[in-house]
Parts: sequence; structure tokens; C-alpha cells
Amino acid sequence: MTLALDVAPVMVAYDVAHFLAGMMLVASFMLLYQDRIFAVLNTFAAQAMLLALAVAWQGYVHHHPDLFITAAMAFGLKGIVIPLALNRMVVRLGIHRDVDQAVNVASSMFLGLGLTSLALLLVLKVTPGASSFTREGLALALAVILLGFLMMITRRNAVTQIVGFMSIENGLILAATGARGMPLVVEVSVAFSVLIALFVFAVFVFRIRERFDSVEIEYLDRVRGDRRVQGDGR
Amino acid sequence: MASPIQSFMAQGAQMFLVLLVAPAVAGITRKVKARLTRRQGPPVVQCYRDLLKLIRKDSVLAGNASWFFRTAPYLIFAFTWVAAALVPTFASGLMFNWAADVVALIALIGAARALLALAAMDVGTSFGGIGSSREMMIASLAEPASMLVMLTVALAAGTTRLPEVAQFLISQPLEIRVSFALAFVALVMVAIAENARIPVDNPATHLELTMVHEAMVLEYSGRHLAMIEAASYLKLVLYFSLVICLFVPFGMAPLHGEPIAWAIGLAAYLTKLTLAAMALGVWEVSIAKMRVFRVSEFLGSAFIFSFLAILLAFLSREVLR
Repeated sequence: MTLALDVAPVMVAYDVAHFLAGMMLVASFMLLYQDRIFAVLNTFAAQAMLLALAVAWQGYVHHHPDLFITAAMAFGLKGIVIPLALNRMVVRLGIHRDVDQAVNVASSMFLGLGLTSLALLLVLKVTPGASSFTREGLALALAVILLGFLMMITRRNAVTQIVGFMSIENGLILAATGARGMPLVVEVSVAFSVLIALFVFAVFVFRIRERFDSVEIEYLDRVRGDRRVQGDGR
Repeated sequence: MASPIQSFMAQGAQMFLVLLVAPAVAGITRKVKARLTRRQGPPVVQCYRDLLKLIRKDSVLAGNASWFFRTAPYLIFAFTWVAAALVPTFASGLMFNWAADVVALIALIGAARALLALAAMDVGTSFGGIGSSREMMIASLAEPASMLVMLTVALAAGTTRLPEVAQFLISQPLEIRVSFALAFVALVMVAIAENARIPVDNPATHLELTMVHEAMVLEYSGRHLAMIEAASYLKLVLYFSLVICLFVPFGMAPLHGEPIAWAIGLAAYLTKLTLAAMALGVWEVSIAKMRVFRVSEFLGSAFIFSFLAILLAFLSREVLR
């Protein structure tokens, strides 16, 4: 492991990290672009695998072997287990395979571009002293997180909202590894809480489905009961 | 700087080179498509024969065609030829290097397109109008993306002149640049849309609902049609050369080239061009044409890619400074 850093100059180390993080950002945009549920799930799996590669590369370059465990968890859990689970869920529920969007693709993409620019400019402004790895990792991670939020906001389907949530978590891991890695205990607990969140989501989605015959979250408004009919004099 | 005579010769050679290879490139793409669908297909030289035959034939004009309808094909051909001759192909020491600017290039292509759209509406048939309105929709989406792509590369090279960009790229060590990868994808998507290829438009169709480019040139015949066909072949070569020049310029002869460097550059260019033409054929048989109203999504994602490319280029420039 030590020998590699001596051979690989800093520029290559940076280039590869930049490439992987940049591709994660592209994957986030592809998540926004896709209009089929299975395509969304595949893209999400690809993003998680890119995350695993990015984390492993950081561990390799900076000699933090514990990051390899993080990478393996990202690969196994988010690259394979969670997409497969979601896939099964979609098949079992027989969900309408098209993704229903609250905002059309073009507008959400442009919103995404705005958020990305915002994230990059913000991080570059507030971290002038940090190392180049940290700055660029943080900038791209913030962009991925904001795009995950955007995806949760613009999608009406519960499954795609889960994917949005998980991609926010991908961004958080990227940020954490960029900023000198987080302790393994924290990492493990985060990974398991995400897994538990998936179970909670799954149970929740099945219940929604049982009750309303659909996983469109619009139906939940009726349960909440606080939406007034238009023009009721208030 | 190379001697004036040398650069003049290089420029002249390039002008006629692009004109000579253009129909062959279209022919190779057609042949690959035909072979992949288990047809024999016309021979590669068929496009030359078509052009010669069209030039010899009389041109049939509509009764209400104006002078503009008659002159537009020659102007379109001239603009496209100039643009294709400006992009460095096998050597970068050309006489009109100072004019080979990406902004000028986009302006030339845009001028040719505007002329074609106007000429299509001249006779007043409905197909011409549909064709031009669709072409303008596609162009208005493709142009910002192509502008951003070229600015991404120009930002890295520090100049918007194509020969200097190519020389800069050759002189750099091989690096992994995610911004270039994204810009490459975006430029390929723009090139597909601009050249009326599948999935945006089908060059082999005359179905009313789907045709864009063919609808515009429907009224043309004889030598006018020959000019327009030649211009569309040239435009394909122009975009191939642009992709080659911006992303894989390796092998191109330097500013003061020896004849041997020219020969190497020429061989490299022709190889890359053939590969690109074959790749286009494979791409076209492996994908279905999309609806006209989905084109905005296709080109919108090209724009997103190019914008991300320029953002990432900006990011790594700021971070590494």
C-alpha cells in the first residue's frame, strides 16, 4: 500500500478522486433524469458502487485501511443489497413502472444545475485553507446531497423518495471520507441506521399500498386532514 | 511559425481533403448500417455517384420560387465548406489559423442553418415549414451545449483557437479529466442532433411525421440538391474533425510540420475518421429514433453534461490553484 503512493504522483491521486466524485455527481443527475423505476434503481446502484470506489481510493492514497471497510459496506449494502430489496419491492407491489414527477424533467435538471453551482461556490468560499482533496470532496458531496433533497421533493412515488434519501446518504459518506474519514464506529452505526431506515420505509410503503392501493404520496394528504378544499371561504 | 508557402499548401490540401473524403465517410456509415442489418448495401462510392448524377441533372423549380431559393444551396455549401476547412484535421500549421476560432465556427454553422431554414420556407409548402421549425427547435437546444463544450476545452487550453487547443492537448501528458469526458459525451450528442442522425432524425426516411432535415430539402432537385447533400456530408466530417481535434488530436502534425509529419498526421486522421464513421453506423443500428418532443430531453441532457463539465473544470482549477 505504501509503495503505490510513492509511484503515483499527487496529480494522479487527485485526478482519480476527482473523476470518481464527478461521476457520482453525474449519477445524481441521471437519477433525476430517469423516468423508469428500474432504471432509477440501477443508477442508484451504480452511484453506490462509484462511492465505494471513491472511498477505497481515498483509503489507498491516504493509508487509512479502515476506509476499505467503509467501501466494502457501501458496495455490499448500497450497491447490491438495497437495490435488490427495492427491486423486489417494486415487483411484489406491482407498482406503476413509470416515475411520476411533480416537476418536469427539464425544470428539475435546471434546478439541479443551480444547486450544484451553489454548492461548489459555497464550499470554495468557505474552505480557502483546506487541502485540495477536502475542498473538492466537500464541494461535490454537498452537490450530491442537495440533488438528493431535490429528488425527494420532486418525486411523488414513495420508492423514488427512498432512493433520494439513500443518495443523500451517499453524499454524506463522500463528504466524511473527503474530510479525513470518519471514525469507523460512526460509519458502522450510520450504515446500519440506513439499513433500518430501509426496513421502516419498506414496511411503511407496504402499509400505504395496502390502504390506498397506490404508493403515490399524494394520498397521504387526505390522512393528514389539514389540507382545506380550495375556496372554502378561509 | 511555418513558412507562408507551407501553411498555404497545408490549408489548400485540407480544403480539398475534407471535400474529397466527405461522401466516403457518409458511404462508410451507410455500408456499416447495411451490413449490420444483413443487407448488402450500396458500395462506399455510391455517394460520389449520387452527387455526380445530381449535378448533371436539371433542377426543377417551383413556380413561385424566388432568387433566394436558387442561391441558398450554394451559400449553404460555401459556409459549410469554409467551416470544415477551418477545423484542423491532419496538420495544425494552417494559413487561416487565426480564423479557426470556435466562436467563428459556430457562427458559420449557424449561418448555414439559418439559410437552409429560410430557403425551406421560400416555396411555401407545409413540409418545409415543419422542417424549419423543428430544425430551429433542435438548433436552439444544441447551440448552447456546443458552446459550453468548446468553452470547457478552451478554458483548459487558454485559447479559443482550435489549432492551438489541439497543440496544447498534444503537449499535455495523458490525464484523467472528468470534465473532458463529460464534454466529449455532450459534443457527441450535439453532433448527432446537428447532423440529423438517429435518434434525433433519420437521414433515410421520408415519413411526414418524423423527418426534419429531409422535410426542409424536399423541394430541391438536381444541382441544388447536390449542393445541399454535399453540404450535409461536409457537416458530418466537420463534426467528426471537431471531436477528433478537441479530444483525440494525437498524431496531428505540429505548427512547423515536415512532410513526414504531415503524412503521419494524414494517416492518423483518416484512420480516426473511418473509425468514427463505423462507430456512427453501429450506434445508429443499435438505437431507435425518439419522438420529436423527446429531443428536448436528449439535448437538455447534453446541455447538463456540458454545464457539469465546465463546473467541474472550474472546480478543479480553483481547488488546485
